[in-house]
Amino acid sequence: MSTWMAALRRGGWTRLGVVYGLIAAWLATTAMHIPDGYLSPITAVILYALVIPFWYRGLQALRKQVSARSVPMIALMASFSFIIMMFNVPLPGGTTGHAVGATLAAILLGPDIGGLAVSIALIIQALFFGDGGITAIGANCFNMGVVMPYVAWWVYQAVGGNAPLTASRRVAAAAVAGWVAMTAGALITAIEFGVQPMFFTAADGTPLYAPYPLDVAIPAMIIPHMLVASVIEGAVTALVFAYLQRSNQAALQLNGAAPTGVAATGGLSYRALWVGLAALIVAAPLGLLAPGTAWGEWGSDEFAELGLSYVPSGLAQLEGVWGAPMADYEIGFLGNASAGYVLSAVLGIAIVVGLVWLLTAVLARRQTTTS
Amino acid sequence: MASARGAIERTLAEIGHVLEQSLFAETLSRQAGVLQALDPRVKVVGLLSLLIAVSVSRTLWVIVALYGVALGLAVVSRVPLSAFVRRVWLVLPFFTGLIALPALFMTPGPALWSLPFGLVVTRTGLLTALFLLARVGTSVSLALLLIWTTPWNTLLKALSVLRVPDGFILILAMTYRYIALLLGIVDDMFLSRKSRVVGRLSTADERRLLAASAGALLGRSLQLSTEVYLAMQSRGYRGRPRTLDTFSLTTRDWAWAIGLVTLAALAMWLGQLGG
Repeated sequence: MSTWMAALRRGGWTRLGVVYGLIAAWLATTAMHIPDGYLSPITAVILYALVIPFWYRGLQALRKQVSARSVPMIALMASFSFIIMMFNVPLPGGTTGHAVGATLAAILLGPDIGGLAVSIALIIQALFFGDGGITAIGANCFNMGVVMPYVAWWVYQAVGGNAPLTASRRVAAAAVAGWVAMTAGALITAIEFGVQPMFFTAADGTPLYAPYPLDVAIPAMIIPHMLVASVIEGAVTALVFAYLQRSNQAALQLNGAAPTGVAATGGLSYRALWVGLAALIVAAPLGLLAPGTAWGEWGSDEFAELGLSYVPSGLAQLEGVWGAPMADYEIGFLGNASAGYVLSAVLGIAIVVGLVWLLTAVLARRQTTTS
Repeated sequence: MASARGAIERTLAEIGHVLEQSLFAETLSRQAGVLQALDPRVKVVGLLSLLIAVSVSRTLWVIVALYGVALGLAVVSRVPLSAFVRRVWLVLPFFTGLIALPALFMTPGPALWSLPFGLVVTRTGLLTALFLLARVGTSVSLALLLIWTTPWNTLLKALSVLRVPDGFILILAMTYRYIALLLGIVDDMFLSRKSRVVGRLSTADERRLLAASAGALLGRSLQLSTEVYLAMQSRGYRGRPRTLDTFSLTTRDWAWAIGLVTLAALAMWLGQLGG
C-alpha cells in the first residue's frame, strides 16, 4: 500500500490519470462480454472444457426438478436473463449501466439451473446478435454462467443464513451476493486477460492477444467493477428480490427452498465452486507448454523483468503502482513463471473470499447483538 | 433531447434496436446471394474454420488477408458493404480501440514516437494494438456474415454438425423465439407506463419501476412456461424433440466446403510462419 502512495506522491498524477483513465474505459465498454480475439485459442479451449461439465450438471438438475417441463421452463428463464441484461439501470448523475442478472438467476433457480439459463442467453447473444465472441463463448459462459452464479449462491446462503424468505436480511444477502459475484466474475475475467501476454507472444515478445499482464489487468478490471458494475448487480438483485417478496413469493421458492430454511443443495454447490476455481488455477498454466518460443525465453530472472517493468521508462512511476504487491513474491522466493502465476490467481481469489468472510462475520455479529 | 432520456427510454431504444437487428438479419438472409444459397452446415463449418484461422494466426497480414476474404464473401452475398463495414469499424474504436490505446506506450520495445506527458509509443505496442484490432474486427465480420446470411432457425439446425445435442438446439430455438415475445411484453409495459407519466421520474423512482418490471416479467415468464408446456403436451410432446431434417448437400455445397476449409488451413499454416 505504501508503494502505491509513494508512486502517487512522486508526481505521477497526470500520467497515472491518462493511462488509468483509458484502461478504466474497459469497464464502461466491454461489461465483461469478451469478444473474439482477446483470448488465445488455447485459453478458449480450456474454458470451453471447464464450462461443459457445468452445462451438463445444469441439464441434469433441470431434468430432476421439473422433468418434462424442463424445456419450456429453461427457455423462458434464459429469455428472461437475456432481457434483464438489456435493462438500463439508472445511476446517480443521469447515466445508466447494465446488470448481468446472473445473481438473480442463481438465487431464484439455484446455481446449476440459473447458470445454465445465463449461459443460454449468452450463447444466443453471440450466435444471433454478434455480442461476445463465438470462440469466447466458453470463457463468457464460465465467467458469467459459472463463476458468478456459484459465488452468488454461496454468498447468498452464507449471508442469508436461516432467515425466512420474507426477511429483510435476505434482501441484504441478495445485494451482497450480487456485489461479490460480479467482482469475482471481473477478477476471473481479468486473470484470463492477464495471462495472455505471459504465454502468448510473437518471437519478438509482441503480445498477440489481450496485451496487459496480470498486474495491470486485475486492478484495471477489479477497481471500476467494485465501484460501479458490482454495485449495479447488487442493487438490481436486491430490488427485484424485494419486489418478489412483496408480490410473488412463489417465485422465490422455485429453487426448492422451503419458506423458512436454507436449500439443501448449498453444500454441494459450494464444493463445485471450489472445484471449478481450482481447476482454472491448475489448468491455465498448461498453456505454458504450448507456445515453445515464449516459454524458452524466460529464465527465472527474466520473468521478474516481464512482471515488473512492463512499463517503459517514461512511465517508470507506474511500475510501483501496479507491480508492487506481486513483484516481491516473484523475485523474492519463487522466481518461476508458472508458480508466480498460480500464486497470483490464488491470491486474487483469496482476497475476494476474505472480503466475503469478513462481511459475513460482520453481518452475523450484528445479528447476534441485535437479537 | 438525447441527454434528457431516462433509463426507461434507453431500455425502450435498446429493445427497438435488438428487434431491428434481428429483422435486418432475417431480411438479408432471405435475399439471393452466394452464402445464402449454401447449405447452412457448410457455412457453419467453413466460416468457423476461418474464425479459428484468425484466432491462431501469429502474423498480422494473414489476419488482414482474411478480412479481405470476409469482404469478398460479403460482396458476392450482396450484404450491403456500408452496413457491413460500419457495424464493425465504427463501433470497434470505442470498445477495443480504447482498451488497446494504453498498450501503445505501456508495452516495452523500441520507441517510435514521443507524445506529451512523457508517453512514448513503442513499435511492440503499436503491433500488439494492431493485432488486437485486426483480430477482433475480422472475427466480428466473419460472425456477422454467418448471422446475416442464415435464417436463425436453419442456423440452429446446422449446429447439429458440431455435435450439439438436439435437446440443446431445441432449447436455443425456443429461447430465441421467447426473447422476441418477452421483448414485446417489456416494450408494452414500458410504453404504457411512459404514456401515463408527465415529466421525468427521479432516479430512485426509475430504479424501483425497473425492478418491479423485472419482477413482473419473471412472473409472466413462469406463467408462460407452464402454458407453453401444456400447449406442447397437447400437440404430442413427450419429452423428446423431433426435428425435420431436410438438408441435403449438392456438389456446389461440397465444393464450397472444401474451398473454405482449405483456405482456412492455408491461413493457419501461413499464420504460424511469422511468429
